[in-house]
Amino acid sequence: MITPELRRAEAANNFEELKALKEQGYNVLVDITAVDYSAHPRSAIVQRFDVVYQVMKLDPATGQDGGRVEVHCAVGEAPVLRSVMSVWPGADWLEREVWDMFGVGFVDRPTIKRLLMYEEFVGHPLRKDYPIAKRQPLIGPESGELADSPSFNVVRPTIKYD
Amino acid sequence: MGPAHPAMHGVVRLILELEGEKIVHTDVEIGYLHRAFEKHAEAETWNNVIPWTDRLNYVSPLINNVGYALAVEKLAGITIPERGQYLRVIASEISRVTDHLTCIGASAMELGAFTAFLYLIKAREYLYQLVDQLTGARITTSYTRVGGVKADMPEDFAEKCKTVFRQVREAVVDTDKLLTKNRIFMDRVDGTGAMSKEDALAYGITGPFLRSTGVPYDVRRAHPYLVYDRFDFEVPVGTKGDNFDRYLCRFAEIEQSLRIVEQCFVQMPKGKHSLEPKEMKDAFEYQDEGKHGDTALLAKYKAKVDQTLQGGQRGDRPDVLTQDPIFVMPAKEDAYGSIEGLMNHFELVMWSWGIKIPAGEAYSAVEGGNGELGFHVVSDGSDRPYRVRCRPPCLYIMAALPQLLKGSWVADVIPTFGSVNMIAGELDR
Repeated sequence: MITPELRRAEAANNFEELKALKEQGYNVLVDITAVDYSAHPRSAIVQRFDVVYQVMKLDPATGQDGGRVEVHCAVGEAPVLRSVMSVWPGADWLEREVWDMFGVGFVDRPTIKRLLMYEEFVGHPLRKDYPIAKRQPLIGPESGELADSPSFNVVRPTIKYD
Repeated sequence: MGPAHPAMHGVVRLILELEGEKIVHTDVEIGYLHRAFEKHAEAETWNNVIPWTDRLNYVSPLINNVGYALAVEKLAGITIPERGQYLRVIASEISRVTDHLTCIGASAMELGAFTAFLYLIKAREYLYQLVDQLTGARITTSYTRVGGVKADMPEDFAEKCKTVFRQVREAVVDTDKLLTKNRIFMDRVDGTGAMSKEDALAYGITGPFLRSTGVPYDVRRAHPYLVYDRFDFEVPVGTKGDNFDRYLCRFAEIEQSLRIVEQCFVQMPKGKHSLEPKEMKDAFEYQDEGKHGDTALLAKYKAKVDQTLQGGQRGDRPDVLTQDPIFVMPAKEDAYGSIEGLMNHFELVMWSWGIKIPAGEAYSAVEGGNGELGFHVVSDGSDRPYRVRCRPPCLYIMAALPQLLKGSWVADVIPTFGSVNMIAGELDR
């Protein structure tokens, strides 16, 4: 049973906390994820987003897990955190995904770009105010003219029963 | 190497910067198969998310089912009956074998070994037929439920498994003879795509990839879940961390998974096939007892109903589904026979009622085909998940791909990418 030790960290010093954990021997970054609490009925919510880092102390010789720590950072509406890419290189893609899905920005790293969605995507899909069936603006060639294929950027009309 | 490429497993785009034939820099673009699993999971009830999890790692769907169900059960604080746990282990291990067979077969084919591919796909076909008998489908299995598994295994499943495993082992031995000491194969695969232990750990890589670099980390050993602590199996570990080591690790794991399933059949507690006939009463006797007030014994007996009652199953599978009425539907005999059963059924089925998992969050991981497959589940106390995060093991390996490919030849991309075993369904969700 995986029972990570839970810790809270301020958004301002998440980098210091995580770097300290790395120095204590937590050599594997298991996951970075975020939760948008804006639609949660919990009364004790202060900030909108909760960015969760999970780190693990893995002994390379025996393959045994020496303990995990889950660090929760509460961040507000326009959140910006310091990137931990310099501590664990695997954080690059995880932070890109958190930016893509939630709009939580990270500084101290090369320009953050979307990971899963295409660059022209508008909005951050996993936020609670992004409806699941939302349509995106159509993208196409800059000149605005349609490509040769008849199905390019054309929204097909629904069937009309006359 | 664009999203549609015959050697790309699934859709992914590699933008390679070359100097002649040597790779200087790689850019990996993913997200072509993003189907919003996490967003949809927030809109579905707890059990309805399970078909979505099938589509994550679609070559080993049962492992995804098991991983998600374990995470939800951890949050709810329930454990399933022992026979159900053994069934989940059997399902996971068969899925793991199909995952490894697909990976080795496909990457061998890309190097030109078409026969090896066909041998392994034939073996995989037999396993899919087994999974079909167990769950009802080959890859869209949706086998687990919150609280157990969907149904018990068929009566002759153990014998069928014995036959199929013999065929799988034959195919594996044949492929081993074709590939492992094959000069062409070894020239392409030995020494290419090497990664050190420290780099793999820094990227968060787990699974056969990490084990090939020399770290014996396996979630089944480090955090035994279900009944894995009762089995005797080895965890194959490599030394150099190159493509050849990964190939050997996966091959060895196939044999270990088959061993685990055979031990399961020996250790599994007896199930529904050994129910005593005198515990069943006729439905009218059951009703009569209730009508004249003898309700004390109704919970002890199950009504024996006519075959034509749609969906009527004895006891609603008490060996494989936890009988907690908050999570699991009552037996049809109870739903039709007693008011408590009827209310229980209604409360689980009615819109916005259903299974209510207490508020909180939990993380639980299983050993997937590629590594630690984790599910971080957040609940707000309602009948739908608030947030389901799937930690895809191949995301970390793909993040490390630029470093893996730096300095190698273009031709080395093929075996390296094959041994990474990227499954787009899991990577992009």
